[in-house]
Amino acid sequence: MNNNLIEVRDLVKHFEVSGGLFSRTKKVIKAVDGIDFDIKTGETLGLVGQSGCGKTTTARALCLLDPKTSGTVNFFNPDRQKMESIDNIDEDGKRTFRRNMQMIFQDPYESLNPRWTIKDIIKEPLDIHNIGALNDREEAVIEILRTVGLTPPENYLARYPHEISGGQRQRVSIARTLIMKPKFVICDEPTSMLDVSIRISIMDLMLNLAKDLDVSYLYITHDLAVARYMCNRIAVMFNGKIVEIAETEELLKNPIHPYTKRLISSIPIPDPSYIREKYQINYDELEEIILKNPDKKMIDVGNEHFVASHDTKDYLFES
Amino acid sequence: MSNILEVKNLTMYYETIDGNVDAVKNISFNVKAGESFGIVGESGCGKTSVAMSLLQLQAENGKISNGSILFDGIELVGKSENDLRKIRWDGISIVFQGAMNAWNPVVKVGEQIREAMREHSPESTKLQNTEKINELFSMVGLDSSVADRFPHELSGGMKQRAIIALALSCDPKLVIADEPTTALDVVIQDQILSEIKKVQDLLGLSLIYISHDIAVIAEMTDKIAVMYAGSIVEMGPTSEVFKSPQHSYTQALLDSTPSIKGEKKKLRSLEGEPPSLIDKIDGCTFAPRCPDRETKCNPSQHMQLIEVSPEHFVDICSIGKESK
Repeated sequence: MNNNLIEVRDLVKHFEVSGGLFSRTKKVIKAVDGIDFDIKTGETLGLVGQSGCGKTTTARALCLLDPKTSGTVNFFNPDRQKMESIDNIDEDGKRTFRRNMQMIFQDPYESLNPRWTIKDIIKEPLDIHNIGALNDREEAVIEILRTVGLTPPENYLARYPHEISGGQRQRVSIARTLIMKPKFVICDEPTSMLDVSIRISIMDLMLNLAKDLDVSYLYITHDLAVARYMCNRIAVMFNGKIVEIAETEELLKNPIHPYTKRLISSIPIPDPSYIREKYQINYDELEEIILKNPDKKMIDVGNEHFVASHDTKDYLFES
Repeated sequence: MSNILEVKNLTMYYETIDGNVDAVKNISFNVKAGESFGIVGESGCGKTSVAMSLLQLQAENGKISNGSILFDGIELVGKSENDLRKIRWDGISIVFQGAMNAWNPVVKVGEQIREAMREHSPESTKLQNTEKINELFSMVGLDSSVADRFPHELSGGMKQRAIIALALSCDPKLVIADEPTTALDVVIQDQILSEIKKVQDLLGLSLIYISHDIAVIAEMTDKIAVMYAGSIVEMGPTSEVFKSPQHSYTQALLDSTPSIKGEKKKLRSLEGEPPSLIDKIDGCTFAPRCPDRETKCNPSQHMQLIEVSPEHFVDICSIGKESK
């Protein structure tokens, strides 16, 4: 059975920027340049890559925060039990989609309204989508606070974001997201602002919730070590394209694309006796090869492991 | 090897309207010439306060109440501002946290470095300074043309490299790097770390490397100190501390760090949060969060470092756990 929750085909997001004060020509930044991926029900897909490679743009285009330039995104509508394209669905379908797709942002200090109490922040989505009777909503807020480990919940309802710590704030963000009982959550570096000792508890919380509530995540990060802990599969992005996608352990053990190798070799290892082997690549050369071969075909190398072909240049399969 | 820096019983607090915040409590450590010394811990544990008090650049409400800082045999505590100016940058320089965002946006990068050089060695000519800057830039992997550019024309990685060049501009003996790669992504971080290592080897610098990232500390340092709530709870050669951590907090930090090598292991998180340093805590500050508090340690014990093996010190509360 095909149990895909999200299917992304040839997603493109270009930004037009002016070439300068007196220039008439406009430059086009290809932030996301034709990417394909699927996310299955209950799966966590990691999207990794350097800053500026298009990870966040992908996320924003996916959840309709920014209009995409072209491409299709199909979403499994649980109400109607079928895949629907998010472009040509009716209002009803769109509402279902928005309810089922939520986002957790990077910075818990900036993504919560400082003038609202925790209760109002978490309750807002229920009010907007008009879910449940008015008196039941507070009940729901208390319930979700307990789920994300903010106990006793009564202590948090009337507090403001500045009264709680960063880790607790991120729990509030998660609570606000999950109160909609979404099927799909996009997480944009949700733990990178948190301290090491708190980071793991947030990651564990998200993993447990995924299991209990059957949520799928698109997990955006630049840290492969975090991605390894969180994700079933990892997609590596470079310059707006996915260059390699595979099951997590397979990707780490057997990276094929030179950029993936470079990325893996740049992660520090928490073991002083381990000497990292540096894998150097020439970015300009790589960029040129990719530019020259706009063909976006991915080669299947077995084990559900796909690599961008570019030109099947010998360097790809050198080892 | 001789010690370039000897810190003894350093205690430092911030005066606030709510009371005194004991940011650094009775800390002692030595840094040998050419050595790289790491300080690791969570935010708010006092890492940066230690760095700032070494140069006495702490905020105005920060007061050193006790202890001594011997740099190259010279006592820094109690020195006048004028004398300290001669040590700063010439003797000890610092790469501040987030310093790459502290460039003056309307002055060219090279000019800002030249400013420091003029201040500290007024006798050298403009030509000499330019040569020096070119040399430093090539050392940190920057093109010499960067000197004529404004900060907004540079990427984050380039700005950080230039900051390192700035820190090296007056030939210091000791460089303090306070989270120099925190805002950078992994690939750039990797490049900066290599540059720092390369420069350190080349110039025989001593380095104090401050970070919350265990993996980075593992790669960069010879010796580490683990800080918690203003105190050092464990200190020793990096390889030994990683191989056989003695303190429960060190163990917890190691257990909460994911890695891409080796078996995928279940990570452990630490319950609770660090204590507020305004509260005067009697006994072990880590006890409320300590996973071993029931079984092993003695929470009423005052913090005190004990040498368990050569150069490897650990807080006394964790020593008790062996005997119990």
